[in-house]
Amino acid sequence: MEKTLQLLSGNEALALGAYHAGVQVAAAYPGTPSTEILENMARFKDIHAEWSTNEKVAMEVATGAAYTGIRAMASMKQVGLNVASDAFMAASYTGIIGGLVVVCADDPQIHSSQNEQDNRHYAKMAKVPMLEPSDSQEAYDLMAYAFDISEDFDTPVLVRTTTRIAHSKSIVDVKRRRAVKNRQPKFYYDVAKYVMLPVYALPRHALMEERMAKLRDYVETSPLNQVIWGKRDLGIVTSGIAYQYAREVFPDASFLKLTTTHPLPRKLISEFANGVKRLIVIEELDPFLQENIQAMGIEVTGKEFIPGVGELNLRIVAESSRAAGLLPETKSEKVLPPASGLPRRPPLLCPGCPHTGIYFTLNSLGQRSKLAGSKNEEPKLIITGDIGCYTLGAYPPLSVLDTTGCMGSGVGQAQGMEKAGVKTKVVAVIGDSTFMHAGIPSLVSAVYNQAQITIIILDNHTTAMTGHQEHPGTGISAQGKETQAVELESLARGIGVKDIKVIDAFNLKALRAGVRDSLNRPEVSVIIVRGSCAMRVRKRANPRVVNLDKCNQCGACLRLGCPAIQSVDGQVFIEPTLCAGDICTICEQLCPQKAISAPGKNGNTK
Amino acid sequence: MKKMNLLITGVGGQGVVLASDIVGEAALAAGFDVKKTDTLGMAQRGGSVVSHVRIADKVWSPLIKEGEVDLLLALEKLEAARWSHFLCPGGIAIINNYEQPPLSVSLGQEQYPTQKQVTEALKRQTDHVYFIDGTERAKELGNVRTLNIFMLGCFSLMSPLKVGIWKETISRRMPENIREINLTAFKQGRKEMEAKRRGAIVV
Repeated sequence: MEKTLQLLSGNEALALGAYHAGVQVAAAYPGTPSTEILENMARFKDIHAEWSTNEKVAMEVATGAAYTGIRAMASMKQVGLNVASDAFMAASYTGIIGGLVVVCADDPQIHSSQNEQDNRHYAKMAKVPMLEPSDSQEAYDLMAYAFDISEDFDTPVLVRTTTRIAHSKSIVDVKRRRAVKNRQPKFYYDVAKYVMLPVYALPRHALMEERMAKLRDYVETSPLNQVIWGKRDLGIVTSGIAYQYAREVFPDASFLKLTTTHPLPRKLISEFANGVKRLIVIEELDPFLQENIQAMGIEVTGKEFIPGVGELNLRIVAESSRAAGLLPETKSEKVLPPASGLPRRPPLLCPGCPHTGIYFTLNSLGQRSKLAGSKNEEPKLIITGDIGCYTLGAYPPLSVLDTTGCMGSGVGQAQGMEKAGVKTKVVAVIGDSTFMHAGIPSLVSAVYNQAQITIIILDNHTTAMTGHQEHPGTGISAQGKETQAVELESLARGIGVKDIKVIDAFNLKALRAGVRDSLNRPEVSVIIVRGSCAMRVRKRANPRVVNLDKCNQCGACLRLGCPAIQSVDGQVFIEPTLCAGDICTICEQLCPQKAISAPGKNGNTK
Repeated sequence: MKKMNLLITGVGGQGVVLASDIVGEAALAAGFDVKKTDTLGMAQRGGSVVSHVRIADKVWSPLIKEGEVDLLLALEKLEAARWSHFLCPGGIAIINNYEQPPLSVSLGQEQYPTQKQVTEALKRQTDHVYFIDGTERAKELGNVRTLNIFMLGCFSLMSPLKVGIWKETISRRMPENIREINLTAFKQGRKEMEAKRRGAIVV
């Protein structure tokens, strides 16, 4: 029996809420801050939870499952919904039978994303209802409502969270239990509902408009929205995490806390507006609520003083409100600036990372370092990048990425540059999971269009950046079962790539020779650089040591950007608690003075 | 104490998130309202990590405001200085006396702050600054990874939660093979802090 009160993250609460609401199929592709939703679903063994190849596939899997009358869910990060948007639109047109809930987690402040797009606009565009929780309790509670609404109105439901909801823990009263019996799936044949030929799609659009009208009535009386009357001189409309900040900054104001943020409860908003002297909206990112309320003819402000860029917090809400005259000036409100002159600590590739060797090779062959003493000429390689840990290679000292757009974009961009006729050789780097996600169609295109580019697949056998999830290449399912692995080299061969090399990620010589050869090929060349993610390797024997008699402080090893290789007062040393030891040895291979080795070897006694 | 805002800072891999999880669960067990949130971005890769934990009768925002942290628990020195402006006037700072130089320092592009600079950054808000040789002590215990629990032991003396609840929560969260060593680390942390507060020297 589970405990009634639990400290859960938003993601854990969404998963538990969905499970108790009877979800039977859950699909996702990992993406911060949404990943833990499916990770938690995968622990329930009486349902099917899967990592799909990408978010579009996840959406289709969930939609197909919902067509059979069971409850299904797809979860993804904000940009994942871009990938899945085609399937999302389609599901909105056809509707469902069993409940279909789509969870998307936005990332204001771009903690770990490529943008901070506001996905609330998707609800409006797709004409689907949207719910937004403001803490873990609501995340848990909402899922039951979301599935009911989905089935009652024959529509997918969008549950939108943000990083601060997804990754904050708060107390959840776990009130519900899962029904003992799973539903039996059954497909009801209905061409006019499921086949979106023009003749069937147009009437479905009309039905969607009817659905929206019914939903507009429903949200007026939904218990999910809440009016909290305080003093009537200021009324605040808010939702999601912004509610928590606003409530703390304005303890006495009146609040309209919205959970159904699409469609909006017009009458409720209008009544609330009439009950207060001044109406404002406090929301993160775009003026979504504000503009929709303004469109109702109601006078309201918000984004005039609340920033639309970045994540909100107590200080930002308080300071912007004070500047707008909504809070009195207080003398005690003296906030210290951060201490000045401190070194930054950006994320890095880990000690023993299988990307370090190939990145060093690309840096060196491409003459990309602008360190003191190096010739300051144009790099010899253009390197298009992709999304994953390996995006960190853009930072110095490796400095090996020239572009990073979105999942899979590097391969297509490389082809585009080559076809544009650029004289510099073009290399695309892409991770194994990202390649499965979105790299395959562009590799097909590169072969078909005879692009003379080199595509380097960084195969660390996991989806590392999001916390080591399985993917089609690993041969393990989300629920830990052995399954069939999709082999990268066979896949590339099947597509028609003639030149395929598989190179050990920890062999510098082989990497250099392999890249050199590929760059000179007049065809698509694929290099699979294979080596396990350092964080998955448990065995860390023999951390390397520097022989001080041999080391001449040339600094070559520091150019690897390995966190274990540190320099104190000009002397390089290797931090033994960080070094990955025998599995890596890249620095040992690199050192021109042969000053780095295992302890006890090469005169190293430490 | 009716409420406490706790900020735990450190470097990816030091166990900041687990430490704050344990504080959160202990607070729940003690009957408080509690919220916690981690700002880590891509910090699993050695970047800065910070966890906010708020304990009170009712908590709204999971993020603590600058100048309102009652206790700053830093597992690394630079990360103590970095978040010093979050301390409230007269707050408490417990700092692991350990330097993990960022890459820019190793490459000679930036300087690691001196002990004096770190202390001065904190002294802008408070005189209650305790440096603890946590990494050393954890190594002596035989597992440097117990650092986070050792430091929780130090913090526990200043927390509104009873020692039994701490121990129960740590036992629950730790897998069996490392449960004992972490409970020992917690106990040692308490001892170390007690000695610090008395001004005695611990050998």
